[in-house]
Amino acid sequence: MNKRITFSEAGSGKGFLTLLAITGGMAAVGFLSFLFMEHSGHHVTGMNNQIVWGLPHVFAIFMIVAASGAANIGSVGTVFGKKIYQPLGRLSVITAISLLLGGLMVLVLDLGHPDRLIVAMTTFNFKSIFTWNILLYNGFLAIMGFYLWTMMDRSKLAKSLYKPAGYLAFLWRVILTAGTGSILGFLVARQYYDAAIMAPLFITLSYVLGTAIYSLVLMAAYKWTGRDLGDAVLNRLRYTLAIFIAAVLFFEVIRHLTNLYATEHHGIEAFILRDGGIVTAIFWLGQILLGTLVPLFLIWCKKLRNNRKALGAAAILAILGGASLIYVVLIGGQSYPLVLFPNAEVTSTFFDGIVNSYSPSIYEFMLGIGGVGVALLVIVLAVKVLRLLPDSLADSVADPHHKS
Amino acid sequence: MSNKMNQNDGVNGNINSYRRKFMAGVAGLATVVTVAPGVVLRQVQAKDPAEAVTDKKRWGMLIDTNKLTDGGDACIAACKKEHGWGDEKLSSNEQDAQWIRKVKVTEKLTKNETVLPVMCQHCDTAPCADVCPTGASFKRADGIVLVDKHICIGCRYCMMACPYKARSFIHETLIDQRPDTPRGKGTVESCNMCVNRVDAGKNPACVDAAPQAMLFGDLNDPESDISKALKEYGGTQIRADLGLNTGVRYWGI
Repeated sequence: MNKRITFSEAGSGKGFLTLLAITGGMAAVGFLSFLFMEHSGHHVTGMNNQIVWGLPHVFAIFMIVAASGAANIGSVGTVFGKKIYQPLGRLSVITAISLLLGGLMVLVLDLGHPDRLIVAMTTFNFKSIFTWNILLYNGFLAIMGFYLWTMMDRSKLAKSLYKPAGYLAFLWRVILTAGTGSILGFLVARQYYDAAIMAPLFITLSYVLGTAIYSLVLMAAYKWTGRDLGDAVLNRLRYTLAIFIAAVLFFEVIRHLTNLYATEHHGIEAFILRDGGIVTAIFWLGQILLGTLVPLFLIWCKKLRNNRKALGAAAILAILGGASLIYVVLIGGQSYPLVLFPNAEVTSTFFDGIVNSYSPSIYEFMLGIGGVGVALLVIVLAVKVLRLLPDSLADSVADPHHKS
Repeated sequence: MSNKMNQNDGVNGNINSYRRKFMAGVAGLATVVTVAPGVVLRQVQAKDPAEAVTDKKRWGMLIDTNKLTDGGDACIAACKKEHGWGDEKLSSNEQDAQWIRKVKVTEKLTKNETVLPVMCQHCDTAPCADVCPTGASFKRADGIVLVDKHICIGCRYCMMACPYKARSFIHETLIDQRPDTPRGKGTVESCNMCVNRVDAGKNPACVDAAPQAMLFGDLNDPESDISKALKEYGGTQIRADLGLNTGVRYWGI
């Protein structure tokens, strides 16, 4: 029988202030970088007319995709009725909101005209998937806020809306991540994109990133606030993570095999898998070995069962793997030249026909770190002022199947 | 009788002469009425600024690479002069804007070489306009694809979407822009088919720089030189497989 679960705010103290200082400092670094980039123009970055989207976009897409996945923990509790996940819902929603805010901040502050945000919010071209994403992101924040309210308010109205809100959030999330994947999927011009598989790939990737980040946030929060966290909850997260890491691997294998079958894509595949230098290294080492195979081993190795360090390491590596995937797709896909004339070699003063290299500047990295800082800052503040964390997630409390 | 006849002849002769003059006058007037508007319109093709652009016209360009002996250098120089790009001070080579560039194509098997100028191809279904979140990147009703610099937010999605690499992002503050060519830091730009010149009834600058190799005109008008030439000899589109129905066509590629 599930015991009554009570939620409470995290206490204040040196730990809280330290976290506040660190995350606030990261956010400030990002803001300073934005001011410099905005004032100077993008010539101070490593981005150019060949690699038009760079490190800020890797950070932004990473966080936006992760946001959707972080909310999945809540969905499993609400939509699929898994009791053990229900106490985890509040933190899940807050993690999702904060990640989306951080990601959007990086995306917006990297625009050539961030001052025209109001234009982006009021002038729409509905044929553009970007426009739909703007609406989806704003809607996501509103729906997540509503969902959180139904979880936290004690009124009958809120309780009656808990399930519908959960379903709405779940549906919205899937559409949102499909939309984010489609930003690349809808690009007919580029050899490495222009594939419908981008949408399901990004949806699956969102579960990996969201679960990994959520697991780390949960473990850190419970350790630093001195609360009990049982193995039952962590094992659920552990296996959720593993299943989705494997699913991403499956989609990646299918994607590359499909490309390898089509002659027109042989060039880009040879570049990514064999000849791409740093991109190839990030793919095999970052994405496949460290980001996929090692975490799968850490989770499924029987000797490491119930080992929190192994779970933490697996989550960190899964995050590395997901970031590598996004980097390879985004930067690798742009590095490979556009095919103006198939079966011909092309040269020009505008770098046609050559592999473009990309060296991100410190400012792009700082902007990305700023986004991460904002996301973490929001989580730290929310955990402090809202009743998000159950007092205990010990097995005897959280696990509905616990036998004492 | 004969006198009478003669008299009548005289009268008839006067009448005939009068008729001839009258008819000549009418014919002349008719000619003037018929021809003059054409002549006048041909002389002044400029669009009234208040007049809306319609899809009755579709502007297009035909480039004969065989006759472009310099590969397009004169066109590129004319474009730079007209629009003022190409002297960014702080940007790296990779960051510099290029509205039009000379591309050398070598077929891998045969080693056959072609040199051609490549710029915005003014697609009928332009991917850049499709993906633009604010509609800043758009196609005018007469087929010219351009960027509204007032609502471009600088997201560069159009650059990701363009199959021709025709677009450039401005990486630094610009000064002394041309009055007819708005450009600025943080926005995307590309060949606008010299929309300022076209609206004033002139050819794009590149066409005037290489008149022997380039034709500019209305693709919707079957009587225009470009339409006749394309009807008779055809014309190649770059990446025709994408089905974008480009406004720029080539001979010799």
